[in-house]
Amino acid sequence: MEYISLIFLEVYKILFLLIPVLVSVAMIVWLDRRVWAFVQKRQGPNVVGPFGLLQSLADALKYIFKEIIIPASSNKIIFILAPIITMTLALIAWAVIPFSEDQVLANINVGILYIFAVSSLGVYGIIMGGWASNSKYPFLGSIRSAAQMVSYEVSIGIIIINVLLCVGSLNLNDIVKAQQNVWFIIPLFPMFIIFFISSLAETNRPPFDLPEAEAELVAGYQTEYSGMMYAMFWLGEYANILLMCALGSILFLGGWLSPIELYPFNLIPGAVWLIFKILFLFILFALVKAIVPRYRYDQLMRLGWKIFLPLSLTYVVLTASYLFYFNLLPTI
Amino acid sequence: MIAHTIFFYIFSIIAVISAIMVTASKNTVHSVFFLILDFISISCLFIMIGAEFLGMIMLIVYVGAVAVLFLFVVMMLNVAQQKNQWFISKSSSNHIPIGLVISALIFFELIIVIGGWKYKPDLQNSNNFTSSNEITNTHSLGQVLYTDYIHIFQISGMILLIAMIGAIVLTFRQREGVKTQSYIKQISRERSEGVEVLEVASRKGVKIDE
Repeated sequence: MEYISLIFLEVYKILFLLIPVLVSVAMIVWLDRRVWAFVQKRQGPNVVGPFGLLQSLADALKYIFKEIIIPASSNKIIFILAPIITMTLALIAWAVIPFSEDQVLANINVGILYIFAVSSLGVYGIIMGGWASNSKYPFLGSIRSAAQMVSYEVSIGIIIINVLLCVGSLNLNDIVKAQQNVWFIIPLFPMFIIFFISSLAETNRPPFDLPEAEAELVAGYQTEYSGMMYAMFWLGEYANILLMCALGSILFLGGWLSPIELYPFNLIPGAVWLIFKILFLFILFALVKAIVPRYRYDQLMRLGWKIFLPLSLTYVVLTASYLFYFNLLPTI
Repeated sequence: MIAHTIFFYIFSIIAVISAIMVTASKNTVHSVFFLILDFISISCLFIMIGAEFLGMIMLIVYVGAVAVLFLFVVMMLNVAQQKNQWFISKSSSNHIPIGLVISALIFFELIIVIGGWKYKPDLQNSNNFTSSNEITNTHSLGQVLYTDYIHIFQISGMILLIAMIGAIVLTFRQREGVKTQSYIKQISRERSEGVEVLEVASRKGVKIDE
């Protein structure tokens, strides 16, 4: 009996986290399109509902009623598994994101490694989708995407090491608490810029959206997908983008901490601050999409391996020596 | 405790079955996917015995990087077509004795490893590693690797680096006649080098390439 009530409590907690995430993914798609449109002096989706807020729901409804076409020569099991894996991996990473000191589903010791591991698994959804489609454009897109995600993960990992040197713990709550005095964006500002650009590449956002470059590869790995399976790729992608924004705000912008520790600001719960920070980073993501043209593939690889990797490694040495010299290294 | 046991058996059954399927499945890409499933379930087992750092590192390194390269190689080489010829051709019989010897060696090594559990208390007493519940196993791993055995750790890192450089040197070819983009050259180009204004005499024209 005790077990069953425990399971129900956990399921309730998971739903309490998942449903807001899914709803905000739908809203964020609308926001993305709106920002994109405003930069280009267009209106964007503004017809369905107030300000077009219900556009994403209408789109989702459309996708649900569309027929799912499975290509005859595809590898059917893997073809169906691929969007499911993308979607699941994008959602399970949210389990460790702390919304305030105690509002976290799983407060595990190795939270940051968990997020890193889950985001490195995200490649598989794309590779499997591209390979199982058994067609040229998806395969090219998935190969590109795998190479791109693996190379930018390296620099993200080293940037995370920079932050961990200052914190001394892999727990996300400890990382947030270590920023009580000063957010890490101030001492580690160059790393924040590199993290932001790398997370653009990691989530296949423009200007690094070569896996789905519509001018050359139709839609990359999504070409053969239709209906709800396409929508799942799409939802997973945006959930991943939100996750990267959340990770950026936890690592550099102080997570659920309020920017000013004064009376009226203290009353606002931490979750609200975190959501504001995620939104801020997401609007930056959307602006980049509207402003910057697409990279060429060799330029992308050069940026990842020859510029970001040496820069972030050098910064690790700098941070470590600074902390060691001034005796600021965190103690266990 | 019951749930713990149930999950242990679920993960270990998945691990064993997928390990068998790696060798049994006909499609090579499928066998790489089963290998990935095997890695994931083994890292779940690591997490279940409390070694959460090892489990996560296993996921990041093996599943996130190594298996992606496997998949790359298997997909690019199209091994599936060559596989049948490999088994049918007569030359394959030469490989069987060597394979048997290697598998027998691995089998005996495994027996020795399993026998090692008997001496586990002695082994634990013989080294100076002390485990306590106060610090997390990430911290204690760091202490062992970076404080107690720093030189050995550094040397193993060096060996890996040398292996990597060796592989690059072996496969690197200087090809003639390949035009590469030089960013410094592009940026440092002046207007005077690129554009030239010529006086063109009427009915004479001008020669551009000289």
